[in-house]
Amino acid sequence: MNYYLLIPFLPLTAFLINILFGKKYLQERAHWVSILAVAGSWVVAVATLLEVLKGKTVNENLYTWVLSGSFEVSIGFLIDQLTTVMLIVVTTCSTLIHIYSVGYMHGDKGYYRFFAYLSLFTFCMLMLVMANNFLQLYFGWEGVGLCSYFLIGYYFNKKSASDAGKKAFIVNRFGDFGFGLGIIVIFLTFGTIYYEPVFTQIGGVAAQTISFLGYEVNLATLIALLLLCGAIGKSAQMPLHVWLPDAMEGPTPVSALIHAATMVTAGVFLLARCSPIFSLSEPAMVVAALIGAITSIFAATIALVQNDIKRIIAYSTLSQLGYMFLACGVGAYTAGIFHLYTHAFFKALLFLCAGSVMHAMAGELDLQKMGGLKKYMPVTYATMFIASLSISGVPGLAGFFSKDEILWLAYAGPSPVGKFVWAIGTIVAFLTAFYSFRLIFLTFHGEFRGTHEQEHHLHESPKSMTIPLMLLTVGAVASGWVGIPNLLGEVIGIEHSNWFSGFMNPVLGHPEAHGTHAEEWMLMGISVLAGLTGIGFAAVLYLVKKDIPVTLAQKFSMIYKVLWNKYYVDELYSYTIVRPTLWISKNILMGITDARIIELIVNGVPRAIGGVSQHLRKVQTGLLQHYAAIMATGALIIGAWILLR
Amino acid sequence: MEHITTNLGYPILSTLIFLPIAGAVLLLFIRRSNATLIKWTSLIVSVITFILSIPLFTHFDKSTYTMQFVEKHAWIPSWDVMYYVGLDGISVLFVLLSTLVTILCVLISWDAIREKIKEFYIAILIMEGAMIGVFCALDFMLFYLFWEAMLIPMYLLIGVWGGPNRIYAAVKFFLFTLVGSVLMLVGIIVLYFYAGKTFNILELMSMTYPYTMQVWLFWAFFAAFAVKVPMFPMHTWLPDAHTEAPTAGSVILAAVLIKMGAYGFLRFSLPLFPEASKAMTPAMLVLSVIAIVYGAVICLMQTDLKRLIAYSSVSHMGFVTLGIFALNTQGVEGGILQMINHGIITGALFLSIGIIYERTHTRKIADYGGVATVMPVYAAAFMVFTLASIGLPATNGFIGEFLIILGGFAARQWAGVLAATGIIIGAGYMLWLYQRVFFMEVNPKVAELSDMNGREFLALIPMIILIFWIGVYPTPFLGFMHETVSHLLERVNTGSGMEIKVAEQIIESIK
Repeated sequence: MNYYLLIPFLPLTAFLINILFGKKYLQERAHWVSILAVAGSWVVAVATLLEVLKGKTVNENLYTWVLSGSFEVSIGFLIDQLTTVMLIVVTTCSTLIHIYSVGYMHGDKGYYRFFAYLSLFTFCMLMLVMANNFLQLYFGWEGVGLCSYFLIGYYFNKKSASDAGKKAFIVNRFGDFGFGLGIIVIFLTFGTIYYEPVFTQIGGVAAQTISFLGYEVNLATLIALLLLCGAIGKSAQMPLHVWLPDAMEGPTPVSALIHAATMVTAGVFLLARCSPIFSLSEPAMVVAALIGAITSIFAATIALVQNDIKRIIAYSTLSQLGYMFLACGVGAYTAGIFHLYTHAFFKALLFLCAGSVMHAMAGELDLQKMGGLKKYMPVTYATMFIASLSISGVPGLAGFFSKDEILWLAYAGPSPVGKFVWAIGTIVAFLTAFYSFRLIFLTFHGEFRGTHEQEHHLHESPKSMTIPLMLLTVGAVASGWVGIPNLLGEVIGIEHSNWFSGFMNPVLGHPEAHGTHAEEWMLMGISVLAGLTGIGFAAVLYLVKKDIPVTLAQKFSMIYKVLWNKYYVDELYSYTIVRPTLWISKNILMGITDARIIELIVNGVPRAIGGVSQHLRKVQTGLLQHYAAIMATGALIIGAWILLR
Repeated sequence: MEHITTNLGYPILSTLIFLPIAGAVLLLFIRRSNATLIKWTSLIVSVITFILSIPLFTHFDKSTYTMQFVEKHAWIPSWDVMYYVGLDGISVLFVLLSTLVTILCVLISWDAIREKIKEFYIAILIMEGAMIGVFCALDFMLFYLFWEAMLIPMYLLIGVWGGPNRIYAAVKFFLFTLVGSVLMLVGIIVLYFYAGKTFNILELMSMTYPYTMQVWLFWAFFAAFAVKVPMFPMHTWLPDAHTEAPTAGSVILAAVLIKMGAYGFLRFSLPLFPEASKAMTPAMLVLSVIAIVYGAVICLMQTDLKRLIAYSSVSHMGFVTLGIFALNTQGVEGGILQMINHGIITGALFLSIGIIYERTHTRKIADYGGVATVMPVYAAAFMVFTLASIGLPATNGFIGEFLIILGGFAARQWAGVLAATGIIIGAGYMLWLYQRVFFMEVNPKVAELSDMNGREFLALIPMIILIFWIGVYPTPFLGFMHETVSHLLERVNTGSGMEIKVAEQIIESIK
């Protein structure tokens, strides 16, 4: 047996133990099983990283999963550089968030259940990133979606929570509809759905067209767009983004792990994993880049006006995921994965800090009822401040390096929409810094605006929560140092400082960039400036001239209202999809087709056979002999006719 | 004639058919007042039957398409009617499913049936014998006998032990199926005379029939099978029958009875009328896709638990017929597997509904809410069945549906695409159902319910195991089908030369 199998199967074991024995035997000790398992996975993942650093990769099948005719697929594992990065991200975040949950979920009556789901999620996520074929990827993909459903709806007695879980699952199914068809087209094209043969053969069929539902389309574009559907759903990009803000109904550690650091980035992982396919289709790339760019600015503008602390961070996640899509869309897969990796740390940190604030505020989420918390919760304040600096792209912190690389490659890359998405990305950098610090200033600075009772209750969170915060802060600061742009590296005297790009090169290739050093310096300056201006604006509006935001909201009440209502997308779907479907179901199918038309026709057939319709009522005596007699007579007549003709 | 193999030293199929019937006769001699003995006798008979059926799973030779465990005796020599039974890769799993489901039905009826107990269990056991007979019969007369014999106990189960509107539902069920069956009987008689007076199914399959005759007979058989499946638009009896039937009736209906229609297509329509089947493919695919989407959309607005699951059966059986008429390996194998899967999943869903119905005596969804809080173990089991029903990977539903959509897409792209929409809507209605029954605030009407007892838990456990077993490691089940299905497709596709190799076909279309 290979040691790497422990990485997914340890959490699976923990899930089984907790779900079967948690309620009766483990109860308050349930976390031990899950934490030991996921920490074990982390250790093995680090060992795997060391192996991969030596140049070793794995691509093996465990056993045949489905075999039917020429369709054959195994449960199999591919461990290369991309997988390893994901393994480290997933196991690190998962371990820290498991530990944090011990404090956060303390005393909850579903304690064992919570840890069971977290472990199941970790298992599915690891199966997703370690798959060596598309069907197993799909298995992990739906599996993490299921855990997301369970955990969003964790407080299932609340209608809003169970609604949100259901919504997340169903919206994702729309994306998976395309994803599944994509897998089918891949099989029908290549006769296999293992990554390796597909990616090596895709070059040969790239120029071919295929008739899809009557349209002649380029094969690579078709496959890429179908896969993109899945990615859009899972990573909550437009127009399937609606589930993620609602997903904040789940406990905060869940938001941090699933809806920030890991699961929602699976779409980006998919784009990167399938980069050999996407790279062959310019239309699909452009679509990905545009969707990413539009989502990033769309979500950032909504985040400007929201007051729910978790929803702001959720929109921020949407926006940052947009960045990653944008990166992949312009061919900068490495930069996309790099941002995925740095984002996991600072965004998980932001969520956990928000959880810490909620813990102190007894579940309160409204920014307007907070203020001045920094003196009560210094650790939370400091760590959240650093995370916000990181997401704002302040030089030296993790977010700066990855964001800068994306923007530079968008601008200098060969993509036809590169300059456009760069411009949007830069505006978003400004907006991001602004709303992130709006949150910081409204929460931690100024006077406390809540009730006396709440103020009396304010306290710093327990160690099991603050230690993960501090560890994640290390990531939010330093995780970007493995990808310092070579331009900067030369200045500070490190050669090939963008080590990350080199590491990923065998899987994701080297992105094209055409530009002078002067241009690169200039862009870096612009994006830093955008971030700092955003922080400055927030400081002015929320620390100095506190009346301005109110005046602005009144003056531009139309815009404010649209943003406050999230551009009315939920309402749009409700009126164009949900309600019409239900209406048709009730009034057309149930009311007319089934109850009238079909009953009439189908009941008419026996009538026609029976001849005279009035007799039918007599036939329906419910007496079995009568039916048997009719049947026998009929058979006799027909038999006689055949015999005698 | 096919070569025949015998795997065991004793007539296993006759044992399986007649042991339950003998059990039913035994029940006749037990005094009516001794309910406990009646129940235990039925349970023991059904368990023994199941244990005796296990050799079918372990001793089946997967390397051949020929009939196995064959028994052949003259019965009515003057008409050349034989007692001729055997199994191949298509039918073997259904016999196993029937023997398993009967045990669960006995268990679930333990406390639910309080009147005419003796007759109830007699009906269940006769039902079991007849169902196994249908899947084993290799002589058309014998097949038709079992096929019709099955109707009577089912009719009684609905009509005697059913809900308030049971008479209407029972008569509707009986008339629908009877009309279809009579047309099939005509078809059988025509075949009998055309082939030189034989009811031997294997012999009839080895002949070729003129195209026009094939088309007529295809539709005659279609009438019987489509009603049973049920295919759109012959489905309206199913919601009524399911809603009114007692739990055990619904379970047998969902798990085994409606599979017989699809089984009929595979056993008779395709091999007897290959050219007609191929020609009718577009029509069959259209009907299948309509059933999938129509059944799913109509589920959204159901207010009755059992009616919702009944309509979901229409949708899921649409997948089955889609797979069968895709006429390629993945489609047909997926279709057969999905028949088993649907039997397990929907059988389990009806068992579960029976468990809670026994406590609340209401089927209205609005009467529930927050059940997960009061019955956590039950809620967990129901969640497993829900997930299997919406085809989540690692459950059996996924394997079947994926293969079917793959096969359907390869046959006709639109069929695969439209079928896939059924999976989205499926998630919609099942999760909504689950939310309304199990989540949200506890409805006062269910606040006092007790969780499942050991007997009820025991009835669900085999289904849960099978759901994950087939979902994670389907090879032992798909393995039964490979040889039989490839032989069947060879016969269907002989007219056009070779079996359609899906991958090659599409590469050609790419050019």
